[in-house]
Amino acid sequence: MTQLALVIDLNVCVGCHACVTSCKQWNTSGAAGPMSDDNPYGPEPTGTFFNRVQTFEVGEFPNTDTIHFPKSCLHCEDPPCVPVCPTGASYKRKEDGIVLVDYDKCIGCKYCSWACPYGAREIDEHQKVMKKCTLCVDRIYSPALPEAERIPACVMACPTNARLFGDIHDSESEVSVAIRERGGYALQPEWGTHPANHYLPRHKTKMHIHEDELVRVDNPLKKEGFPPHDPREPALDDIN
Amino acid sequence: MVDLANNAAVESGNIEVKNTTCYMCACRCGIRVTLRDGVVRYIQGNPDHPLNKGVLCAKGSSGIMKQYSPARLTKPLKRKPGSDRGANEFVEISWEEAFKTMEERLRAIRASDPKKFALFTGRDQMQALTGLFARQFGTPNYAAHGGFCSVNMAAGMIYTIGGSFWEFGGPDLDRAHLFVMLGTAEDHHSNPMKMAISKFKRDGGRFISINPIRTGYSAIADEWIPIKPGTDGALLLALINEIIQTGLYDRDFLVRYSNAAQLINVNAASDDFGMFVRTSEVPPPGVIHPQDQLWWDRHTNTPVQTHSEGADPYLLGDFRLDDGTPVKPAFQLLAERVTDNTPEWAEQITGIPAATIRRLAHEMGVIARDETIELPIAWTDAWGKEHAAVTGNPVAFHAMRGLAAHSNGFQTIRALGILMSLLGTIDRPGGFRHKAPFPRPIPPCPKTPNGPQDVRPNEPLHGMPLGWPADPNDLFVDADGEPLRIDKGFSWEYPLSVHGLMHNVITNAWRGDPYPIDTLLIFMANMAWNSTMNTVAVRDMLNDKNPNGEYKIPFLIVCDAFQSEMVSFADLVLPDTSYLERHDVMSMLDRPISEFDGPVDSVRIPVVPPMGQCKPFQEVLVELGGRLNLPAFTHKDGTRKFKNYPDFVINYETEPGSGIGFLAGWRGKNGDQFMKGEPNPKQWEMYEKNNCVFHYELPKSYQYMRNWNAGYLEWARHHRLTRYVDPINIHIYSEVLQKFRLAAQGKYPGKKPPQRLRQRVEKYFDPLPFYYEPLESQLTDTALYPLNAVTQRPMAMYHSWDSQNAWLRQIHAHNYLFVNPKTARAQDIADGGWLWVESMHGKVRCMCRYSEAVEPGTVWTWNAIGKQSGAWNLEPGSNEANKGFLLNHVISEELPPHADGAHISNSDPVTGQAGWYDVRVRIYKAGADEEKVTSPQFNTLKPVPGQSGRKSWLAFFAGGKK
Amino acid sequence: MNPALSVVFLTTLIGAGQGLFVAMYVAQAGGAMGALPVQDGVRFYALGSALSLLLLGGGLLASFFHLGHPERAWRAVAMWRTSWLSREVIALPAFMAAVFVYGALHYLGWNDNLFGAASPGGGWTYVAGGVGVLLCITLFVCTGMIYACIKFIEEWHTPFTLINFTLLGVASGFVLATGFSAFAAPALVKFFGAWAITLTLVALIFRAASLLRNKRIRHMSNLQTAIGVKHTKIQQKAQGAMGGSFNTREFFHGKSALFLRSVKWIFLVLTFVAPVPLLWLALSSGAAALFVLAHLVQFIGLIAERWFFFAQAKHPQNLYYQTIS
Repeated sequence: MTQLALVIDLNVCVGCHACVTSCKQWNTSGAAGPMSDDNPYGPEPTGTFFNRVQTFEVGEFPNTDTIHFPKSCLHCEDPPCVPVCPTGASYKRKEDGIVLVDYDKCIGCKYCSWACPYGAREIDEHQKVMKKCTLCVDRIYSPALPEAERIPACVMACPTNARLFGDIHDSESEVSVAIRERGGYALQPEWGTHPANHYLPRHKTKMHIHEDELVRVDNPLKKEGFPPHDPREPALDDIN
Repeated sequence: MVDLANNAAVESGNIEVKNTTCYMCACRCGIRVTLRDGVVRYIQGNPDHPLNKGVLCAKGSSGIMKQYSPARLTKPLKRKPGSDRGANEFVEISWEEAFKTMEERLRAIRASDPKKFALFTGRDQMQALTGLFARQFGTPNYAAHGGFCSVNMAAGMIYTIGGSFWEFGGPDLDRAHLFVMLGTAEDHHSNPMKMAISKFKRDGGRFISINPIRTGYSAIADEWIPIKPGTDGALLLALINEIIQTGLYDRDFLVRYSNAAQLINVNAASDDFGMFVRTSEVPPPGVIHPQDQLWWDRHTNTPVQTHSEGADPYLLGDFRLDDGTPVKPAFQLLAERVTDNTPEWAEQITGIPAATIRRLAHEMGVIARDETIELPIAWTDAWGKEHAAVTGNPVAFHAMRGLAAHSNGFQTIRALGILMSLLGTIDRPGGFRHKAPFPRPIPPCPKTPNGPQDVRPNEPLHGMPLGWPADPNDLFVDADGEPLRIDKGFSWEYPLSVHGLMHNVITNAWRGDPYPIDTLLIFMANMAWNSTMNTVAVRDMLNDKNPNGEYKIPFLIVCDAFQSEMVSFADLVLPDTSYLERHDVMSMLDRPISEFDGPVDSVRIPVVPPMGQCKPFQEVLVELGGRLNLPAFTHKDGTRKFKNYPDFVINYETEPGSGIGFLAGWRGKNGDQFMKGEPNPKQWEMYEKNNCVFHYELPKSYQYMRNWNAGYLEWARHHRLTRYVDPINIHIYSEVLQKFRLAAQGKYPGKKPPQRLRQRVEKYFDPLPFYYEPLESQLTDTALYPLNAVTQRPMAMYHSWDSQNAWLRQIHAHNYLFVNPKTARAQDIADGGWLWVESMHGKVRCMCRYSEAVEPGTVWTWNAIGKQSGAWNLEPGSNEANKGFLLNHVISEELPPHADGAHISNSDPVTGQAGWYDVRVRIYKAGADEEKVTSPQFNTLKPVPGQSGRKSWLAFFAGGKK
Repeated sequence: MNPALSVVFLTTLIGAGQGLFVAMYVAQAGGAMGALPVQDGVRFYALGSALSLLLLGGGLLASFFHLGHPERAWRAVAMWRTSWLSREVIALPAFMAAVFVYGALHYLGWNDNLFGAASPGGGWTYVAGGVGVLLCITLFVCTGMIYACIKFIEEWHTPFTLINFTLLGVASGFVLATGFSAFAAPALVKFFGAWAITLTLVALIFRAASLLRNKRIRHMSNLQTAIGVKHTKIQQKAQGAMGGSFNTREFFHGKSALFLRSVKWIFLVLTFVAPVPLLWLALSSGAAALFVLAHLVQFIGLIAERWFFFAQAKHPQNLYYQTIS
């Protein structure tokens, strides 16, 4: 069984929001769109987005880490949002594990959003149905797109390649390898939702200099060590 | 059922896919635009583009909202008779009326005194054309935004290593092992830097960020070293000191490829004090940098010509020539210079512990020495020596405005260039790599006019509007040594102001100092808002009148695509197109998008027709050039030479028959030549077929060591990138600067600074880098204003451009002042509370956000989020106006009157780089009874004719049926 | 959570309607067993059922205001196997139907004893009422479980949610029944009044217990688990949107802690404390207006209680929406 997912590498995410707006522009004119925006040119502009990048500061100056944290639907393997839906509008696809909303069935009761601990769902204030990341399901199988582009828009745009996409049930997939080898973890594991999306932690490369490395045979100062001499200058050698 | 996987319905409609180049920032990524029924549906990175290889940032991905923004100007406008500038009251006019108005006015100016027309442009990408237009018009008063952006970076590096960061070079992160980034705004450089850092980190590289603030790229650094703003110079000198002390420098590299071993006359009494001793009096013809300096050879213990076969010069020592002249190698002088610049000394200035500085130096040095890269690429150096391999020391640096935007930035950046050179990392794998057309001679060849005689009625300018002074006699000053440009560029106040000083244009023009002008044409620069210092006063100047009722700046033309704050001050408004609606070139004559491996240029080709009556600014210039009969735009018989801008791009040659034009690719009648060749009528089509980009990959043996690579230098000369093949030796010691210093001491033959500036020039034109406190700090009571205040660039916004973008403004709707909690609590300022930030020039009320990611002596905010109410067609009461603010109000364009003059620019004394980050401030809590809006506030602007209405909500769905 | 008035009214109104029905059925059962005086079918049961239906219908109507697409509400019955909300959507109309039938049988006087005269309580109305009580319980369970089943909203994920929804509904129904009986069945006033006071006080005990429990919750999720970074000092600086989002509107009430505390004391007083002396006074004075007042006071208290129930719940998604900049 396939479970498609994103693996987000916090080690390289610089918080540029490329995933946020590339998602918006693809999806607002795609199968999941439109994605409305209120007060687009007025006070407190607010719209529907499937993906947001947040910023957290960890620690105290000067030992501070700034973490940029993209967040979208995690396509849980045991999604709490699905069984609570009274109409069956929220569902998890058997073939690839993507959690989707059928807009025609959605009554806009928002209960699924209550049942998501991650805040991944957003109601469209004008279409009045619940929306969320579709993993660009209208891209990833689209015969209209070149094969290399059959990936979510956010993954394609991400300048730091911080978003990996693939099947986490395939042990040899890029995402499984990344999770396995680079400490991939799930958010709020305490609720047993088994998010398909994983995050890769920060990893810090350090350097250790052994003091021997500073005492060098190739020290160029050795070449400068003996200033030029004038052979005419007196020396002990002249005396004895 | 709505099956979201079923894309057939949404991909209905007429789908077209077109390639062009992004312009949501200055990065110039290749984009692929999908249209559905003629509406922009999707903008993706072009996977076949060498710059971004398919990725695209938040801005680029929001181009749709820019294209269809209600802030767009769509009609030519003139100020409503009787209304004030700044009131934003306009009446619609025809393009013909606009052209006629400009033609009449400019023709008269050109016939009398061309310098009364000034053309200044923002972050445009067409300086090849705008510069040409100014030059053809005959005015020296032209520059782009470089002077207030990062000219220190350009000048400091180019005057040291013959190349610079970003467009002209950068860190080779593919091969580097250690990457040190100092003070870098995230837009310099954008996507390629993100791609490179990510790959670098994944490959196990170590990334150190030195920055007062940990945002953006610094966030993912392996180590963050907070530093006090404006003190990087002290850090770099201490690093140089430690690297020399420990012998971790690359001696062989310095000897052969820099002037480190060259002997300098140290006889203080001599007129040639501080100059290299040379074997020839006059350089031989065809040579710009004669190789006639001396080394002191260790083997023979005699002075020998540099690069003599078998010679091995001393880098340190103290020698005496046969004629008794005392001489020292440049490196000796550098070592002496940094003797006192110990890590302990630097700790006091930078706030970085001395042990950290030492460790940093050791990391750099040990990696550079012990992790050497050797590539089996044979090459020949400029002295004829054959090398079996290209070697490199894998320590790379990147720096930008954090170093540049200080009045000590030039010398700081010189220090950086020297540190990079000491480590032996210039144009070598894993270090710094050039991008064509760089490296260029130090300094590059173009020169400005150098006296009043070069500006003549009805004639093109004699000289380039912007150039690279090599000695005092290249300055553009009158007989008294006083400035001739409106921004006082290339004068003794800012001799190496190679990008001009746009930040002083309005103030100088208003004051009539050095002279009044008639017409100021501003292209896409928001000089009444975020792109100016001292915003409130500058807005008053724009609206100020003489006693006779005429404006002090009589005529103001603004060309912009959007209703910026600057537009409201215009007498004449020209609606520019969006980037998706026009032809553009990223020209080798301006700032191309070259890669490390060879020259690259690119184009924009319209993907949608212009909105309303929008007209590309290039078309305006080509049309005006024809109407004004400027020689380059007109046939001998006076008829117009170019049908339009695309026609101009194809057919224009720098000189008749030169074969050099705006585009380097597919030249020659059949498109089979590049760099140089006859105009090709099918050039646009060929670019279009090739992803809008031309990329020539140099042979491997020409890709490295290009300053000294005989093969490359020959290639570059053959393809007319350069005029000379002389090796471009690194200026560890800058003889160029010494010439200006000698002039200030009354020694160098020719032009001398006016008396009041002699001390200034003498001090700051130090041939070796040194640290001094930024000028503004020197003139500030720092006990009263203890904090530094700087801005950062949010990655999802480019300057002021994106507040009208419905998607991007949701990410950054307003801004806070970020303050270390310790600093804020000391003033009893709450997280989220209101505070005042005040400098000696002004004050701003804003909201505070605590941050542990800023050093306690610094406060900062995002740049250019704050907007004037109603500007950019935002509703009054929008976050940008009520909660957003500009730091510009506390920054002055001029220093307080002091010994150097009453109106000295708040800039680097060498380059005229705006000292944005020098301001000192204090913060205090706003009163509980104060209004909860940012201060200052301005009048609310109404929309102008031709703007589309603002929708109260959007549900954008491009074309098609849903 | 940001309390939605539609849901506040839905749960409080149907709770009272359910409680009223239970009160009537208890009275009828008491009558059948001879413990209580038998009441008039039309005046008491039919009218009472109508009143109950009015409350249930009001709740149902309120619930439609919660929906983005009320016209599709019928679809909500689909997922009864997994969704408590779906079950509620079935249980509420089913219960309403039972109440209607119950009231109609009383109104029409169709109360033939199915099991013969020897078995009191064997009439049609008893059977319909019994079914109604089962559906009423089902509805209480469904309503409560909608909230209690969300395990990460820890303020709700407790048996107290179910108990309180039930007790508060029944108590408010009995208070209402007391007032109603003052008009329709004066003989039951004391019975209802006594039970109203008792149930209100029992509800107070459980509600207070749940308040104590919720006060002591140490939430399982925190910023460390939310973003997966092991550090005791993590602070959000930006949430990716500055003008608000669905996440800030739906899950935050935006009121101060003081406001919340005030609401708590107000609902404790209005729901549990004030009705008791009012009922006592009414019982002793027989002033019908006081019964109505007691009910109104308690119902206002219940609205505050339900508002507080939502507002107090801390959704773990809120961890991601703390700060803007």
